[in-house]
Amino acid sequence: MFQTRIHGRGGQGVVTAAEMLSIAAFLEGKHAQAFPSFGSERTGAPVVAYCRIDNKEIRLREPIMAPDSIIIQDPTLLNQVDVFQGLKADGYVLINSAKNFEQLGIADIAKKLRPDHQVCVPATEIAMKYLGRPMPNAVLLGAFAGLSGAISLASVAAAIRDKFSGKVAEGNINAATAAFEYAKQQLAALEVA
Amino acid sequence: MTLKQIEGSHGVAEAVALCRPEVICAYPISPQTHIVENLGEMVKAGELKAEYLNVESEFAAMSVAIGSSAVGARTYTATASQGLLYMAEAVYNASGLGLPIVMTIANRAIGAPINIWNDHSDSMSMRDSGWIQLFAETNQEAMDLHIQAFKLAEELSLPVMVCMDGFILTHAYERLDVPTQEQVDAFLPPFEPRQELNPAHPLSIGAMVGPEAYTEVRYLAHAKQMQALERIPEIAADFKLGFGRDAGGLIRPYRLEGAEIVIIALGSVLGTIKDVIDELHEAGQKIGVLGIISYRPFPLEAICEALKDAKKVIVLEKCFAVGIGGIVATNVRMALASTGQEVLTVVAGLGGRAITMSSLHAMLQEAVAGRLGKLTFMDLQQGVVDRVLEHERNVRRSGPIAESVLRDIGAVASKIS
Repeated sequence: MFQTRIHGRGGQGVVTAAEMLSIAAFLEGKHAQAFPSFGSERTGAPVVAYCRIDNKEIRLREPIMAPDSIIIQDPTLLNQVDVFQGLKADGYVLINSAKNFEQLGIADIAKKLRPDHQVCVPATEIAMKYLGRPMPNAVLLGAFAGLSGAISLASVAAAIRDKFSGKVAEGNINAATAAFEYAKQQLAALEVA
Repeated sequence: MTLKQIEGSHGVAEAVALCRPEVICAYPISPQTHIVENLGEMVKAGELKAEYLNVESEFAAMSVAIGSSAVGARTYTATASQGLLYMAEAVYNASGLGLPIVMTIANRAIGAPINIWNDHSDSMSMRDSGWIQLFAETNQEAMDLHIQAFKLAEELSLPVMVCMDGFILTHAYERLDVPTQEQVDAFLPPFEPRQELNPAHPLSIGAMVGPEAYTEVRYLAHAKQMQALERIPEIAADFKLGFGRDAGGLIRPYRLEGAEIVIIALGSVLGTIKDVIDELHEAGQKIGVLGIISYRPFPLEAICEALKDAKKVIVLEKCFAVGIGGIVATNVRMALASTGQEVLTVVAGLGGRAITMSSLHAMLQEAVAGRLGKLTFMDLQQGVVDRVLEHERNVRRSGPIAESVLRDIGAVASKIS
């Protein structure tokens, strides 16, 4: 079972991101379960959503406490929420930021993780470019496909089309594709270095 | 059938729509709202031919449901928590009049303290209302139980509540198998009411009944629930024939063979419990699970039979009766009244507290060691409780309890679990 926890703020589409991730996995023939953590769905308040992916039926209903991957949609949460709680030693971390881990002040976390399992992607900037709105959620799923390979970019695009239509869908798919390429380039640069 | 990755509420709305309801009335309340919103959209888009009524309260919702069911219309509504309490008087009337309304309860705690999260306090408050109560373990089962509920309700002329865990199920995206209209039509015949208000054939429903007949009318309500004990497994068997999967029935045993300890629960927590039990079996500890699907009628005999080899029974329930303890456990003790088997109560998941595998493991090891008490509140923060009680002993104007507890626990925004 592959478990992902998504952290963001109310209004950033955190819950929708988890749902789209589950749809992407479903489209690949897998079982997936997405669910939000409730209570603070006010604009700007910290929000958590979860997604489990497995090859068999998922019966477990507890919150994800030991995730295989963490997506952080808003880096200001780093100072407010223990976002890395329970992350597995070989887990993945994807952060929405134009800065790197060191500049974000979490070099200690980065050191504990595999270098090829962590990446910062400026998803808000990418969203502004392709959507004209600072919505990083679908964008980050593109980057997540590039980082983890847990789902394909094609499935992310199909999941975006399931949730949105028309210009919004196309803009998000273009942005997710750009983020996918960005994440891939970051990881490739690592190999060269 | 079509496989879809959709929200539980959306799945239930599709299942209800496939049952061809003629009247849908509802008042929004979390976590039920998405279900009736989805149905409203289907009606507006013309995909579902039904009368959709926005009403001004839950009391009005059930009152409209009573009226529409009485004129012979297949009727659906949904609610939760305070909404169910607010409609309580009409809830009793619906069952007392024998009207086959189907209502989803998206299970949520009851205030005060106000709490929007999941537990079973709301459904349990209406356990003696005369409605049939079925509890879904998964979103697939929630869908399937609605299809079965209309059939059961209309055959017996009794209302049915389909209870599903709020948020945990209603707001979870999962793979759901959505049946075809043909499958549902073959399973669920058109509504043929036992009683119908019709100007062409005038009759009255809702007589005043005095001491000369009240006992007999109430006895017949009980007799109908006893008929439901027979029909529920038969309808589940029919469902399997038509849809190819297990759903419903009275109880659901899991790995009971050779199990000296059996844990009983209702609803979605059964999935987490089964994962724990599988781990324990791998480690050589044989503990079984018994899910109760039909809480009303309560299947006393089926439960007694399923538990015949158990030495110790743990009832894990998301509710409790203040001043005595377990609600489900009390019923299970009645099922085992003549056997002397030990029944322990574990209250868990109140107001949305997560029921984790690690807490379940710890609790079961206490049970194996013989240390689990008659009544346990899982993951209770004893220190917090003790400090509030101590403060009350020392200070007359100790203030409101909920605020004291929150002050003691402090900010939770930074915590994941």
